[in-house]
Amino acid sequence: MNNKTGVLSFNWDKTLELLKDSRIDSVGLNDRVDSLATRSIKKESKLEALNMLVSMCDLTTLEGEDTEGKISQMVAKAIVPNPNDLEIKNVAAVCVYPSLVSIAKEKIGNSSVKVAAVSSYFPSGQVPMESKLLDTKYAIDSGADEIDIVINRKAFLEGDYRKVYDEILALKEVCGDVHLKTILEVGDLRTYENIRKASLISLAAGSDFIKTSTGKLSVGSSRQACYVMAKAVLDFKNLSGLSAGIKVAGGIRDAKDAIRYLVLIKEEMGNEWLTPDLFRFGASSLLDDVLKQIKKLKTGAYQASYYFPRG
Amino acid sequence: MVNWEYSESIESQDIVSIKDKYQNFVNGKFQQPNSKKYIDTISPSSEEFLSKIVISNEKDVDKAVESAQMGFEKWTNTTPYERSKYLFKLARLIQERSREFAVLESLDGGKPIKESRDFDLPQVAANFFYFAGWADKIDLSWGAKSLKPYGVVGQIIPWNFPLLMLAWKVAPALATGNTVVLKPAETTSLTALLFAELCEQAGIPDGVVNIITGDGTTGSLIVNHKDINKIAFTGSTQVGKLIQKSLAGRDVGLTLELGGKAANIVYEDAAIDQAVEGVVNGIFFNQGHVCCAGSRLLLQESIHDEFITKLEKRMQTLRVGNPLDKNTDIGAVNSKEQLNKIEELVNEGVSDGGKIFQTECELPGNGFWFKPTLFTDVQPSYSIAREEIFGPVLTTLTFRTPQEAIEIANNTEYGLSAGVWTEKGSKILWTADKLEAGVVWANTFNKFDPASPFGGYKESGFGREGGRHGLLSYLKAES
Repeated sequence: MNNKTGVLSFNWDKTLELLKDSRIDSVGLNDRVDSLATRSIKKESKLEALNMLVSMCDLTTLEGEDTEGKISQMVAKAIVPNPNDLEIKNVAAVCVYPSLVSIAKEKIGNSSVKVAAVSSYFPSGQVPMESKLLDTKYAIDSGADEIDIVINRKAFLEGDYRKVYDEILALKEVCGDVHLKTILEVGDLRTYENIRKASLISLAAGSDFIKTSTGKLSVGSSRQACYVMAKAVLDFKNLSGLSAGIKVAGGIRDAKDAIRYLVLIKEEMGNEWLTPDLFRFGASSLLDDVLKQIKKLKTGAYQASYYFPRG
Repeated sequence: MVNWEYSESIESQDIVSIKDKYQNFVNGKFQQPNSKKYIDTISPSSEEFLSKIVISNEKDVDKAVESAQMGFEKWTNTTPYERSKYLFKLARLIQERSREFAVLESLDGGKPIKESRDFDLPQVAANFFYFAGWADKIDLSWGAKSLKPYGVVGQIIPWNFPLLMLAWKVAPALATGNTVVLKPAETTSLTALLFAELCEQAGIPDGVVNIITGDGTTGSLIVNHKDINKIAFTGSTQVGKLIQKSLAGRDVGLTLELGGKAANIVYEDAAIDQAVEGVVNGIFFNQGHVCCAGSRLLLQESIHDEFITKLEKRMQTLRVGNPLDKNTDIGAVNSKEQLNKIEELVNEGVSDGGKIFQTECELPGNGFWFKPTLFTDVQPSYSIAREEIFGPVLTTLTFRTPQEAIEIANNTEYGLSAGVWTEKGSKILWTADKLEAGVVWANTFNKFDPASPFGGYKESGFGREGGRHGLLSYLKAES
């Protein structure tokens, strides 16, 4: 089952077998996710959660207007999120377009912050495969530690699951040891069954992470989608022994919402998944709210945004 | 690896004030009872003393029934529109004071605050709103001349959903023009007594709602009282049978909502993860103190191992502990007596040859607790597969074909509820049609709505509560 790069993946026949069980009851799923949202996270457990959120954050800017200056600002914040509270450690990664990877890499220097690049013609992926490969290769050659690709939703929605699988497999080959996160774009897939199928295809093709969204649609991440993906990751682990990660991104703006994701992961997958190696948040503004909440827990004061250096 | 645990998040008790001792609520006010016999009511999660309630005697019952008779004269001459207004007022007051009721319910009964807050109290209010809406529409529905209220209704309710069972009983009785003498269970009387305060606050005419505390002896006095016109009972099948015997030959209406041993049938084509959730909710909701609990898991043999693995893993995440902690999933067993009964049946299950699995949770030192428990390798002849355990204990049986599932599901003296899990719609309909159970849930469990009638087949009782059918339980044909 090893492909050329030595990364474990399932062959297509075995992947098809996986896809057979995609039954999900949406009423039951929604009930479960809603009930997890009633967990009350207070005091020490809240502070611990907030610090976890910082460590799991992929600080992101993915705009046409991104410049060297913007990347410098963001990297500085990624390394030292709050200069007034040095107990707060660096975030997991910064996430940028391929053309900005080398700048980000240079600014990061010796820090342990990783550079993630979105590639394969993020966000639409509507280009020939050769272009996706080139895009990804360019990002890796520029020094990206992690690659976030998008699945081929055109092929997926047309029912050509094989094509979706083959593309991910080919991109994983280009990545080699570079961490591959595969974006399902749950806002395009819509149904829980589709999210489960896309999760299993991505995992079978060798993705290290599956990721909810590009953040470019009005429908971004949801705890329901995350739940479907968590179950797929667990089922895949049962068959393969491999623990894949999950990245949620798109519309997660406040700490309260983000902590609910942590609760979901803890209760459905266990504490072993609560590490930046297996769970990430992709966000641009979440970090600011997390920093404010940490300040509030430590001092009792909920401070205005201008007390926190922008990124 | 991080070891992220939730800090305690305890709901404050400051909102409730519990008296040292309670009187009966008769004729619109709290009154000194004739009986001198009091018992302690304790918190089952800590065994701490909460208050004293009276065991009402014959004179107390006489007085309550007499008050209800006088109340009936007034209530029956109150326009349906006015009765509706009173019920709406009660519904709104319940909503206003719902946190107070929820805390008291968890303190006195042991159920997690998450459930009393998010299930019991919203349902209580919903029942009053629903029947308030019916009060002035009954004539339209059946014709004014044909149906009349019974008069004085004796209502005896259990300890598992103390306030909700009160709502199920009191709201339709008042909406149809009856007056009530209600006796809450002796371990969980406090929310009923707080409800009595609410009746005062709402200005319910004197004698319409009478609440007297007591044990089985008091219940028996109510049942055998000569001026009672109808009895509505929720509780064990054993007591239900006694009540029916006592009433034989008398012109007294009767509805019984009794025990259950519901089958929760999981077919191989079910959405497994959601079925696991539903099975957990079906049996561990309210510590399994639920008459319609899905206490018999019927698994298709082809998915047995996978399902049990997932179920055990999920059970391990159940948080057992202080009912007032907002993160508690499973609270305390309601009483020492009930705990003994659960332990006895579970021991029998083990000695019969059942394979037992219990979660690794730590149980608090004081109070009455039982670990979430799952039995596999169980034969239909074992007592754990036949008797109502009324605790957090799930018994697994297996089947090969849908036909066999139906045979096993119906192979019980009970018939209150059942669950079916499959993604195939036609199989749901086929199964539901053949199950002898009052309620059949498909791909869900323990869902309630005041508009939906609830009640049993066979030894699970007769009569319906909720919905239009529920009104008929409090109306009789005029001769």
